[in-house]
Amino acid sequence: MKYLIKKVSTLIMTLLIISMLSFLAFQVIPGDAALSKLGTGATEQKRQELRREMGLDGPVLERYGRWLVGFLQGDMGESYTYGVPVAGMIKEKLPVTLAIAVMAFLLMLAVSIPLGLLAGKHAGRLPDKILTAVDQLVMAVPGFFMGILITCLFGLILHWFTPGAYVSYQEGWGPFLGYLIFPALSIALPKCAMGIRLLRSSVIGELKQDYVRTAYSRGNSQRQVLFGHVLKNSLLPVLTFWALAIADIVASSVILEQVFTIPGLGTLLVQSIANRDHPVVQAVIVLVAGLVVVINFAVDVLYGIIDPRVEVR
Amino acid sequence: MEKRSYTYNMVFGGILAAAMTLFMLMGIIYTPYDPEAMDPFLKFAPASLAHPFGCDQFGRDILSRVLEGSGTTFLVAAGTLLIGAGTGTVLGLCTGYFGGWPDEVIMRFNDLVVAFPNILLALIFISILGPGKYNVILALGIVFIPSFARIVRSEVIVHRDMDHVKSARLMGAGHLRILFVHILPNIKGTLLSALAIGFNNAVLSEAGMSYLGIGVQPPDASLGRMMSEGQAYIFTAPWSILFPGIVMILMVLGFGLLSDGLTEMSV
Repeated sequence: MKYLIKKVSTLIMTLLIISMLSFLAFQVIPGDAALSKLGTGATEQKRQELRREMGLDGPVLERYGRWLVGFLQGDMGESYTYGVPVAGMIKEKLPVTLAIAVMAFLLMLAVSIPLGLLAGKHAGRLPDKILTAVDQLVMAVPGFFMGILITCLFGLILHWFTPGAYVSYQEGWGPFLGYLIFPALSIALPKCAMGIRLLRSSVIGELKQDYVRTAYSRGNSQRQVLFGHVLKNSLLPVLTFWALAIADIVASSVILEQVFTIPGLGTLLVQSIANRDHPVVQAVIVLVAGLVVVINFAVDVLYGIIDPRVEVR
Repeated sequence: MEKRSYTYNMVFGGILAAAMTLFMLMGIIYTPYDPEAMDPFLKFAPASLAHPFGCDQFGRDILSRVLEGSGTTFLVAAGTLLIGAGTGTVLGLCTGYFGGWPDEVIMRFNDLVVAFPNILLALIFISILGPGKYNVILALGIVFIPSFARIVRSEVIVHRDMDHVKSARLMGAGHLRILFVHILPNIKGTLLSALAIGFNNAVLSEAGMSYLGIGVQPPDASLGRMMSEGQAYIFTAPWSILFPGIVMILMVLGFGLLSDGLTEMSV
């Protein structure tokens, strides 16, 4: 319980600091948003009025407070470029990026657990050697290049999907997910490679433990030992990597959305940076960072439940 | 266990990394053609003896551009490591050795930054600083500080209370001397392996940022930029994306293997 309270208070502190830092970061940018909206010919009075309207007046901390309260109530301000509420823009794009991220994460688990076990069990033998070599190669491919290669292979050569023909989820979840599976795969592959490596060395370590010999001596089959005893213990160290991979998956999504021309959160972020649309950039970043921190928190708590030894530390 | 003096990863990675480093350094001083020179007659020219990597959509020699781009990529990666690893190592040494509340504060802050996706952090800095080669170095450099600080700190904590450090302290060695003469050389293996990984991360991050159009700006060529430009011509002129891609993959593969080899050796 004490562990949980400590974790929750750290979580709240972290979220506060993240929001504060990203707010402050956009305050130091030179230039006056009101002035750039009005043009250089604007009168001083008009400028002050607009500044008040856009919430740019008053001391920094006061503005931060106002912004934070608004953010928590779902009011993220207005886009400088489009003049529409930021919350609406984000709400439309969020499911797209979430769908990619979740699919990539599931793919990563589905591929790396069996292959990691396989490589660990047969360490030093042929399947392990092949996997290790492929791993090394996959990890050296930049994310977007992987996306381009996958577009080439599945889109242009095998014709499993049409590159650029993105279907919005409003038009149907089936085709939407069918298109997103390819960017998700591009994101997942390098993470799989890393996951396989980690799980492999973890399995090798666990197989040397005494409890494995005990399990065998009790008459368990190799399958029972591997899945019933070794898997659970070997997954513990890999869990931390998976938690960190979530942040990476979201970040890769920003890039892969560009490769597959998907109008998700990443595309919104990149466009807003190019347009210097700070309210949007700020909102997206705080949202994504918040998401990542909350997920990490969840994994920490989960870790404590799976492995009770953690709480003692 | 017997300690092997070299491993397969170490040798292969070392040779590949050294070759690629030479290639990158060569790009800074020499290119066979002017990387910017356009020639309408050579538009999408396939590989030939005069142009071993072929030509791109403007008839520019791809080998020259790959060389120049590798040079830029190397510059960015080296600059990033200089800022990131330099600051991170000093920070890690001090916080790990002295401990106390500054250690606590800096490590909490580190936890915060490490949980944050690298590219996203760099994007924030770029949206504040504006794009360009030097801003990418600065942004990535700052982003890399925490991971190095964390690695060095955990190593320093292990070595801080070892006998050889204690005896150095008894002999009256100063803190600086202990840190740089007695601790730093002992964590060399870990640090070098982290440097190789950091180099790869910097190369990949720069490629990603350049791909998004917020990294290295034209007229500077970088491998990431070339690949993003070549994507449109993947069928008409696959060599315009393939060669920069292969060079980058070999580069990252070399340093990745080297890092693995270094880790194996220090264990």
